[in-house]
Amino acid sequence: MNPLDTRFARTAFALFGRQFRVLVAKPSLILPMMMMPIFFFAAFAGGLSAVGSAPNFDYPDYTTFQFVFVLMQSAVFGAVFTGFSIASDFESGFARRLLLAAHGRSALIAGYWLTSIFRALLTWVVVTAVAVAAGASFNASGLDILSLLLIAVLLNGAAILFATGMAMRLRTLQGAPLIQLPAFLLIMTAPVYVPRELIEGWVSTVADFNPMTAMMEAGRELAIGAPADLLLAFGVVGGLIAAMATWAITGLRRAERAA
Amino acid sequence: MEAAATTLGPGVAGRVRSGVLTQVGHLARRSLTRTLRQPILIIPSLVFPLFLLAVNASGLAAATSLPGFPTDSYLTFALGLTLVQGALFAMMGAGQSIAGDIQQGFFNRLQLTPLRGGPLLTGQLSGVLLLGVIQATTYVIVALAFGASLEAGVPGAAVLLALSILIAVAFGSIGLAVGIRAGSPEAVQGAFPLMFVLLFLSSGALPRDLIATDWFQTVATVNPVSYLMEAFRSLLIVGWDGEALALGFGVALAIFAVGMFAATSALKTRMVRT
Repeated sequence: MNPLDTRFARTAFALFGRQFRVLVAKPSLILPMMMMPIFFFAAFAGGLSAVGSAPNFDYPDYTTFQFVFVLMQSAVFGAVFTGFSIASDFESGFARRLLLAAHGRSALIAGYWLTSIFRALLTWVVVTAVAVAAGASFNASGLDILSLLLIAVLLNGAAILFATGMAMRLRTLQGAPLIQLPAFLLIMTAPVYVPRELIEGWVSTVADFNPMTAMMEAGRELAIGAPADLLLAFGVVGGLIAAMATWAITGLRRAERAA
Repeated sequence: MEAAATTLGPGVAGRVRSGVLTQVGHLARRSLTRTLRQPILIIPSLVFPLFLLAVNASGLAAATSLPGFPTDSYLTFALGLTLVQGALFAMMGAGQSIAGDIQQGFFNRLQLTPLRGGPLLTGQLSGVLLLGVIQATTYVIVALAFGASLEAGVPGAAVLLALSILIAVAFGSIGLAVGIRAGSPEAVQGAFPLMFVLLFLSSGALPRDLIATDWFQTVATVNPVSYLMEAFRSLLIVGWDGEALALGFGVALAIFAVGMFAATSALKTRMVRT
């Protein structure tokens, strides 16, 4: 049986198609999502490049260092913005009709996931072009780059499962800060500006336990072709996906009961 | 109206002036009460900048070891950014309040009264002023408690507070212009990231002379927000630096003038429309 011709796949692709058309029809939805990472990249890689010369800063290129941060950030925020779309669908009543019409409702989660990956991919293409133009250097093999991209895709998956679970519980755009804030906290308490060893104070402790740290550190090593702790990075993101899948499915069940 | 009152005699002019003051007073009281009754307006504007301050102070502490960095405490350095960031929240608050008034029809009802544009704008800015005081006081107290320094001492704290209020009111006037023109709180919310661009493309994270990327240094130099932060930093790190303070107060006054001009123009257009 062709897996793309199942009810599940048809529902997921139909939802993705609808979200895609909405994005094309309303560029105002996609522009902030794409501009934000570029702006962060410009502000951090441009404004803070002198930090790369600080004593004990042992990463060879600050632009590449910040590129990986922005890649991970856009993976998460692509999902957060999709979470806003889900909340908006509930607010407008579209999601209620969707729940009534869809055969396999968990396919809706897959449809939103596809949307989220599409949004993130769009942003990554632009961010990568900007980073290369800004002089980011990648001494990495094709496999390293693929691994970096895979980590980002999986992170986007974990984030969209979180955003879906939250949006399906809240079912209103007024809850947008509750989708955005945890993502923001997670990102900003990872090693954003400098390697973990150079962070001081409480953020240093938080960064040690922050799941984003493992992915960001592995990503930064992969980008320069250095040995990376891939087992830890994939283990962490896999664990996040498992936990967030439960969160998303229980959120869907709540939305079903409320519909 | 004032010109007409002058021709009628000093008594009438006095009554008009007192009428204007009464109008400002009523709207100011409403604006203050509204601000105090909306914790959703105050709490994020305190928590979010303080969180970023804490993260930046830890995450960028290594920057203090760069040759020429003006202080060994990044917390003290970053406080300038936090104080300006708070003013951006004041801008949002002012914009969303007036846009909400327009959306809910309160503005239309006001137009049926003899209320004039000036008192309306001045009254709306009172809430911003209050928010500015609460924010600046909280940021400075928290930062000092965690080890930041204030080289200019107690008189410096008073100047710092005055500058914070002026900046909050200046950005508040921009918020009013955006709010009146857009007429919808969502549109004001949409303009918020644009203001963040000004905040981040400045000397907020590093002193201008330590910014290594040429284009960024140029942008930070022409960005007026850099001079607001540098004025705060002069009080926090140097002590008294007349040039930095003059630039800071001058830029804030210029933003206020531009904001009030834009808000007044938008108000005239809005009044014609309604």
